[in-house]
Amino acid sequence: MSKRIDVKDLNVYYSKFLAVEGVNINIAAKSVTAFIGPSGCGKSTFLRTLNRMHEVIPGGRVEGEVLLDGDNLYEPGVDPVNVRSQIGMVFQRPNPFPTMSIRDNVLAGVKLNGKKISRSDADALVEGSLRGANLWNEVKDRLDKPGSGLSGGQQQRLCIARTIAVKPDVILMDEPCSALDPISTLAIEDLINELKNDYTVVIVTHNMQQAARVSDKTAFFNIAGTGKPGKLIEYNETATIFSNPAEKATEDYVSGRFG
Amino acid sequence: MSLTKTTPQSETPLAPRRRNALSKGRMPGWAVPAIAVAAVILGAALSTLGGFAVASFAIYAALLFVIGATVATTVIEGKRRGKNALALYLIYGAFILALIPLASVIYTVLDKGLPGLNMHFLTSSMNGVTGAVDNQSVAEGTPVVGGAYHALMGTLLITLWATIISVPVGMLTAIYLVEYSKGGPLAKAITFFVDVMTGIPSIVAGLFAAAFFGIILGPNARMGIVAAVALSVLMIPTVVRSTEEMLKIVPNELREASYALGVRRWRTILKVVIPTAISGIASGVTLAIARVIGETAPILVTAGIASNINLNVFANWMSTLPTFIYYQILTPTSPTNIDPSIQRAWAAALLLILMVMALNLIARLVASFFAPKKGR
Repeated sequence: MSKRIDVKDLNVYYSKFLAVEGVNINIAAKSVTAFIGPSGCGKSTFLRTLNRMHEVIPGGRVEGEVLLDGDNLYEPGVDPVNVRSQIGMVFQRPNPFPTMSIRDNVLAGVKLNGKKISRSDADALVEGSLRGANLWNEVKDRLDKPGSGLSGGQQQRLCIARTIAVKPDVILMDEPCSALDPISTLAIEDLINELKNDYTVVIVTHNMQQAARVSDKTAFFNIAGTGKPGKLIEYNETATIFSNPAEKATEDYVSGRFG
Repeated sequence: MSLTKTTPQSETPLAPRRRNALSKGRMPGWAVPAIAVAAVILGAALSTLGGFAVASFAIYAALLFVIGATVATTVIEGKRRGKNALALYLIYGAFILALIPLASVIYTVLDKGLPGLNMHFLTSSMNGVTGAVDNQSVAEGTPVVGGAYHALMGTLLITLWATIISVPVGMLTAIYLVEYSKGGPLAKAITFFVDVMTGIPSIVAGLFAAAFFGIILGPNARMGIVAAVALSVLMIPTVVRSTEEMLKIVPNELREASYALGVRRWRTILKVVIPTAISGIASGVTLAIARVIGETAPILVTAGIASNINLNVFANWMSTLPTFIYYQILTPTSPTNIDPSIQRAWAAALLLILMVMALNLIARLVASFFAPKKGR
């Protein structure tokens, strides 16, 4: 169900601009890994290369290898659609499909791909996914209502349910709580802790307390200056990063003396 | 105006009534209506000096009111509010000015078209209606014989076929421009030529279709489908433009959300992007239809003119409501008694306006039917 990710010498480009340089990182299966760092350091860009979403942006390309349980995502002949169905993604802003009901949003991954699914299987998948996203009790009586009618935190959990429903091996989260209030954030963080049992979770966050609360390992990205590429500075156990980092830049950042 | 309505009166009955200190230096509520009445009276007096006319009366009264109200507001309430009043009255004036032609058209068409619009007019054609028939009905005072059923069906069929041709072409072009092209030379060329097509005069589109089918089917190839092709030349750019705009405003996040679920691009477009934009696309298409439904010239050179019912767009001449109106006015059926023809023309004009209005209503219904559902 869950797979590990190994990245080797990855360079990420926007056309000719080198955005992230020379990343080597090994992410264990069934763990939560947090990416922290200042804005513009390339952590979101790097995250998007892990399921080939980076190349959706015009001019976006990648050099290097990303291995999902040993299989290189960027080998010629690999279908990015296949990659994305195994590595799901939750975005910064909740983005449920406005034309679909809550139920259809959860089933989006199945239905949009035109797969046939029986009524009972669909019901079971909807309930299982919504339970997995801690949203079932709040929406079970209004599954046919539009997903856009939910609160921001509920919408974000709906997006997580939608991601779980395609049964990925890895879930990538790009600042999933930055648009949410503290209570919804707590709900998502609890959920991440549960998701760890079944999935490999990678989360980008600006909130260092959040990284400390939810992650097993933390990667600190930094940028030398405007126009320079972002780099992975330090990657270690979360406790080590926050209490005893090896790099001066990491210590400055986590202790708030950055800049 | 309601400028003085903000004055909060003291609620306690014990307190003596007094003007709120905060509303000092405001015009009392009766000032603007009083100026309006004065302007109307003075305007009437001024316009009688050079022989009374409604137009000069309205212009004088409006000018006097705008000047009077602006000056009064400036003097009492200050410069800023004076400018505000001037802008406000000018905006109202522009609105009324824009409304006059619309109201006039609706009134005239209703006034002249309603007497002729009846079931007989809607269900019969002009087949067999000659000048003698019209002369007889005028002489005997009987209802006008002959109607626009053939033209109504012609309008519906030709517009339907024009829509069937242009909606797929236009929508697919817009989808290519927004979703697939990366701003390359082909996309730039398409955008340029669509812009050029928008400016093509309708008669040129008609001549193009006539000449094009003339090459294939020989001269005198006049039938409904040729007219439909001519109209689609006019419709396609509108459809492309409106669809393009609607697809552009679909948030990129929805496309990314779909890609991230492992959905292919064409399925994303088909199942996420288009459903999200469909209400706007539908109303854009309806407006494009409304644009071409009243075209006259391209129909005349492509479908000719007919007085009998022809429901086959692939053979023989056809009439539409605009060509019917044109023909009834220009060559009345009975040259000596033109009133029946005039009445038929106005009735057809009313029918055309009703059809366009119905189309607009349908567009709104379609838009609200397809629009993303709200509610919790």
